[in-house]
Amino acid sequence: MILKNPLATIESLSTFARIFADRQMKIVSMSIIKLLAFTLLVVFSTSLSFASGGSSTEKEFNVGEMIMHHIKDAHEWHLWGPEHGGTSIYLPVILMDEGMKVFSSKNLYHGELATAIDHKTHQSVTYYKGSGSAEGYGMFHEKIYKLNNGELSFEDGHVHGNAKVFDFSITKNVLSLFFGAAIILAMMLTVAGYYKKNGAVAPKGLAKFMEPIIVMVRDDIAKANIDKHKYHKYVPYLTTIFFFIWLNNMLGLVPILPGGANLTGNITVTLFLAVCTLLVTVFSANKNYWSHIFATPGVPKLLLPIMIPIEIVGIFTKPFALMIRLFANITAGHIIVLALISIIFINKNAAWGMLSVPMALFISVLELLVAFLQAYLFAMLSSLFIGAAVEEAHH
Amino acid sequence: MDLILPDLGLLFWTGIVFCTLLFILTKFAWKPILGAVNAREQKISEALELAEKTKAEMKALQSENENLLKEARAQRDSMLKDAKNAADKLIEESKDKAKLEADKIVTAAKEAIKNEKLQAMSELKTHVAGLSLEIAEKIIRGELSSDEKQKALAEKMAEDINMN
Repeated sequence: MILKNPLATIESLSTFARIFADRQMKIVSMSIIKLLAFTLLVVFSTSLSFASGGSSTEKEFNVGEMIMHHIKDAHEWHLWGPEHGGTSIYLPVILMDEGMKVFSSKNLYHGELATAIDHKTHQSVTYYKGSGSAEGYGMFHEKIYKLNNGELSFEDGHVHGNAKVFDFSITKNVLSLFFGAAIILAMMLTVAGYYKKNGAVAPKGLAKFMEPIIVMVRDDIAKANIDKHKYHKYVPYLTTIFFFIWLNNMLGLVPILPGGANLTGNITVTLFLAVCTLLVTVFSANKNYWSHIFATPGVPKLLLPIMIPIEIVGIFTKPFALMIRLFANITAGHIIVLALISIIFINKNAAWGMLSVPMALFISVLELLVAFLQAYLFAMLSSLFIGAAVEEAHH
Repeated sequence: MDLILPDLGLLFWTGIVFCTLLFILTKFAWKPILGAVNAREQKISEALELAEKTKAEMKALQSENENLLKEARAQRDSMLKDAKNAADKLIEESKDKAKLEADKIVTAAKEAIKNEKLQAMSELKTHVAGLSLEIAEKIIRGELSSDEKQKALAEKMAEDINMN
C-alpha cells in the first residue's frame, strides 16, 4: 500500500482506522452486536455486585470476573466445578530465576491463600503463596512474583516491590498452541502423504477437503496480491499463517479440552504473528518500496520532513492493525458467547436457557464464520503488504 | 490491563511453535502438496493441449482422407472412362474391320458373280450362237430344201435389205 500522492500520504495517518473500517465492513454489524453485548455484560455485572452488597455469605457469581478469567491465560486448565477447588488440570510452571525451576502449578493454586493490605487503598488483597517446590513464589492474577520476606506487597491493586520472574510456563494457551500445532501437522502431513503415495492424481479424502483451501490461499491470497514471478516464495508463509489462525480460532470455540483457550484472542500471539508479517514485509521490500517511503515520487522536497515520519509510522500501523483486529475479534467472540451463557447464572434459573442457548448457538455459528474470515483477512492483508513491498516500479 | 499486555513466556512458546510449524510444513507439507497440485495442473493443461492437437490432427487426417477418397474416386472414374473408351474403340475397330472384311468379301463375291455371270453369258452366248447356228442351219436347210423356198428367201432377204 505505497501511497502515490501527497493527499493519500496524509491519509496514511489514519491508516489504522481506515483499514479497520474498510476491511471490516462485512462484519461491522457483528461487531456492533458484540459491543452491545459487552456493554450489557458490564451493566449486568456492576448492577449485580451492587445488588449483592456482600450480605450473603456465599460468593456471588461475578460474570465480568468469570469472563475476564476465561479470556486470559492461566497456569491451570480449569475443567469444571468452582473456580478454586474445582477440577483442573495443573500445568507445569517453568521459571527462569537463578536457573530453571520446574514445578506443578498445583503447588501455587493449592498453596496458602494469603491476604495482604494494599498500601495505598488499604483494602485487603488475596493472592496465592506457593508451597512445596513453589516455596518462595507468589501468584497474583496469574502472574508469578518472588516473595519478599515471605509476602507480596501491593499498591493501587498492583504488586509493588516484588521482582517478577521470567515465566516460561506451559500455560493453558501454550498447551492449546501445542494442540493446535499438532492437529495442523497431523492433517497436513496426512495430506502430503497422500500426494507422496499417489502422485499427481485427483485428491480423495482429507486431501480433497484441504486442497481447495490451500489452492485458495495460493491463488486468491498470494497470487492475487503479489507479483506473479515472486509469489511462490511467500505461499508457504501465507498458508501456514492462514491455517494456524483458522485452526486455533476454531479450537477456541470448542468448549472442552483440547479447545476453549483464547489463544488467537491473546495479544501476545497476535503480536507475534503481526511482527512476522512486518519482518517478512520489511526484509523482502525492494528499492521501489523504500523510495516511496523516503522520497515519495511527486512530493515536493519541502514536504518530505513531514512525509517521511508519516510513512515510517505507516510501516508499523499496518501490522499493528492486524494484531488488534485478530485479538479484538476473537476475544469479543469469546466474551459474547460467555455473556450469553451467563444469562442463566445471573438469573439463577435454567429456564433462561431457552433464550440464552439459542442465542449462544447462533453466535457460536457466527464465530465459525469469523474464525475463517479473520484467518483469511490476516493472510490476505499480509499478502497485500508483501505484494506492495515487492512491487516493481511502473511509470 | 494485562489483557492487552504481551506476555514473555507465551511469546517465547508462540515463536518456537510457529517457527517449527512453518519449517516442518514448508518442508514436508506445502512443498509436496503444492508440487503435486502444480504437477497435476500441468498434466491437465498438457492433456488438454494434447487433446486439442489430436483434434486438429484428426481433422487434418480426415480432410486428407477425404482428399484421398476424392482422388481415388476420380481415378476410378477416369479408369472407367478409359476402359470404356478403349472398349468402344476396340468395338469400333473390330466393327470397322469386320465391315471392311465383309465389304471385301462382298466385293470379291460381286466380282466373282460378275465373272461367273460374264462367263455364263459368254457360254450362253456361245451356246445360243451355236444353237442359233444350228437352228439357222436347220431352218436354212429347211428353207433351202427346195428351190422355191430358196427363191422366196432370197427375195425376202432382198426385201429386208431394201427396206433397210
